[in-house]
Amino acid sequence: MALMDYMTTKKDELVGWIRKFSLFPYPFVTACCGMEFMAVSSTLYDTDRFGAALPRFTPRQADLLMVVGTISHKEAPILKKVYDQMCEPKWVMAFGACATSGGFYRNYGVLQGIDRVIPVDIYVPGCPPRPETVIDAIMMLQDRIAGDHHPILPAEQRGREPSHANKVFPIFPAADRVPPSQT
Amino acid sequence: MTGRAPLSYEAIERELGGLVERSWQSFGMPVLELRAENLLPLVTRLRDRFDFALFLDVTAVDYPERSPRFDVVYHFYSRRHNQRIRLKVRVPAERPVVPTLAGHYGSARYMEREVHDMYGIEFAGNEDLRPILLYEGFVGHPLRKDYPIEREQPMVPYRTG
Repeated sequence: MALMDYMTTKKDELVGWIRKFSLFPYPFVTACCGMEFMAVSSTLYDTDRFGAALPRFTPRQADLLMVVGTISHKEAPILKKVYDQMCEPKWVMAFGACATSGGFYRNYGVLQGIDRVIPVDIYVPGCPPRPETVIDAIMMLQDRIAGDHHPILPAEQRGREPSHANKVFPIFPAADRVPPSQT
Repeated sequence: MTGRAPLSYEAIERELGGLVERSWQSFGMPVLELRAENLLPLVTRLRDRFDFALFLDVTAVDYPERSPRFDVVYHFYSRRHNQRIRLKVRVPAERPVVPTLAGHYGSARYMEREVHDMYGIEFAGNEDLRPILLYEGFVGHPLRKDYPIEREQPMVPYRTG
């Protein structure tokens, strides 16, 4: 029994160590924060040092969704779909004030933080964030991945609830929507 | 380019005076205020006689306490005269209708859709007033002053908890 406990811990450490240095980000860039994303991923600040440098421009190959910029209500279904298409394990970074909370947009059009639609693992403050802030966020996320439980063995998968991401949400569900002609 | 009138404020006054209710200058730009039924004849003459060939923008202004509640504001530009001109049409809240300019300027179709989104102005004759910046199912017109500033109409149901 003690042997099994010991082995489980080592397995999680090993898998966490592997995963934390092979983050493949999907940059969901919608606004001016994209400039800071370019700065932090290019030579001077160089996220390649953290293994998070190769952006995959398909969500199916990515495991870190970086939501960089303002998300409007009209764009939220697209973001939700991109998140649902990513394979487990996956993490989400809300990059900048707009993705975190809507930023200074408090109006009819802007989603007040992407965590209303998809779960967020790490928030990066700033408008836009300094590259150091982003690197700090990546390192905090890496620490968290390293300390996480990684259920990859068949015995660990049994009885697990399927992730909420695999459920299908209708985009226009509510019957309380009135056609615009009735306003 | 013979036979076309040179542009001056007086020429505009003289040629178009019958169609215009009020006119004044704003920062060097002529501003003409007119009734909705005179819009099409006036725009036709501005385009054909004064060479205002470029339709810059159409937007609206909401004055909630005023009796004809909305101003529909048009801007045109004449490359030949290097001159801009502004037209203002007052429309009431009960019947916010102006004629479309899609027959004169093709770009008017999209710009009028935006004004219809944001202010609920109807453009009689524009057959395609689907939402262009907003989405199907959006209730109300967000740039009207009586639209609640914090009202949200999300397309995706929010997560619980």
